[in-house]
Amino acid sequence: MATKILNGELLDETVELSLADLCQACSCHAEWVLTLVDEGVLEPVNRSRPHMRFTAISLERARRARHLQRDLGINLQGVALALDLLEQIDTLNARLIRLDKNY
Amino acid sequence: MDYKDYYKIMDLEKSADQAEIKRAYRKLARKYHPDVSKEPDAEARFKEIGEAYEVLKDPEKRAAYDQLGSNWKAGQDFHPPPDWDAGFEFRGGGYTEGNASDYSDFFSSIFGDSFRQSTTGRQPQGGFNMRGEDHHAKVVIDLEDAYTGATRAISLRSPEVNANGQVVTRDRTLNVKIPKGVKQGQKIRLTGQGSPGMGGGAAGDLYLEVQFNPHSSYRVEEHDVYLELPLAPWEAALGASIKVPTPAGPVDMKIPAGTRSGSKLRLKGRGIPAKQAGDLYVMPVITLPPAETDAQKALYEKMQQEMSYNPRAKLGV
Repeated sequence: MATKILNGELLDETVELSLADLCQACSCHAEWVLTLVDEGVLEPVNRSRPHMRFTAISLERARRARHLQRDLGINLQGVALALDLLEQIDTLNARLIRLDKNY
Repeated sequence: MDYKDYYKIMDLEKSADQAEIKRAYRKLARKYHPDVSKEPDAEARFKEIGEAYEVLKDPEKRAAYDQLGSNWKAGQDFHPPPDWDAGFEFRGGGYTEGNASDYSDFFSSIFGDSFRQSTTGRQPQGGFNMRGEDHHAKVVIDLEDAYTGATRAISLRSPEVNANGQVVTRDRTLNVKIPKGVKQGQKIRLTGQGSPGMGGGAAGDLYLEVQFNPHSSYRVEEHDVYLELPLAPWEAALGASIKVPTPAGPVDMKIPAGTRSGSKLRLKGRGIPAKQAGDLYVMPVITLPPAETDAQKALYEKMQQEMSYNPRAKLGV
């Protein structure tokens, strides 16, 4: 049993990922990521094509988009809508918890 | 190994046609998709449904499965009959892109090796090298861990291609340092802890998504932490210096005179200690001391006489 403790890198708001990082992490092609950018699903920090940079939020959105497209057979516009609605639901749920607790 | 009733999992009759199977799958997949569903067992259900669909949508696999006979009951101990698959040939391709480890032992025992090799059995060849796949997992921590940092043991199960080009499932445990200052949903990247590369390619990375256990006293929003703090009426009315718990241990806090329920007191920088530290918001809740003994009742009566206070003045009564 390994007792070595691994130190990871925390992907906070200050860490930027390259297009290649994103493709590798989602096992997808760059073209697909660029389509997501064109559809407004992902908001890169920097849009200039060869050096496009993303935050970790884009990583999570891209992964979700990929799963939805692959597992449910939804097209990109549908995926974009689903992601927006899912985020709205998360925000509303957080509000609901706050109201339930009365503060 | 338990027998799996794929028709029952998808709530279908044995006579269902391909269109019905597809319809049932789409409906169930939308309901239990782990990115969409709020059901607690969504992920397990989704895998089960995916596996059932994998078999039923493919006429060859479905015919082979049906041939096992209908005497099996879900959960019954299952051993495949000796030469049950004689006369069937499973072609590769057209499968969902699931990992071999996503499928049950039952599935592997019937479709196992031919399936695994046809989907992932890419043989390393001379001159061919490929970076290993990145992996994703979740790690659940307590709010206190985000204040101090913590070490968590994480168990991972991943399919890997061994030297002979066969896919094997590898179980491993990693001890990972959770840095202080993490917030809900953030990811930690562990370089080189994904799948090994092929033909000299670099190993993939492992991404861990941090989630907090719900806390009985605190509510967390981004880097800010909220605490409901009970106060005695005299503490709120006169002001007081009291001890307030924080996830990093108790601190002394001054409650200003005239503090009301519904107000919000801020302890700057006492939220999650990220690069830009969050704040701790204290929400006072004024509680009612019981009036049980004669002396206690007398105190309330004295207040009633002395204070001429009408809590409903704003309601005009």
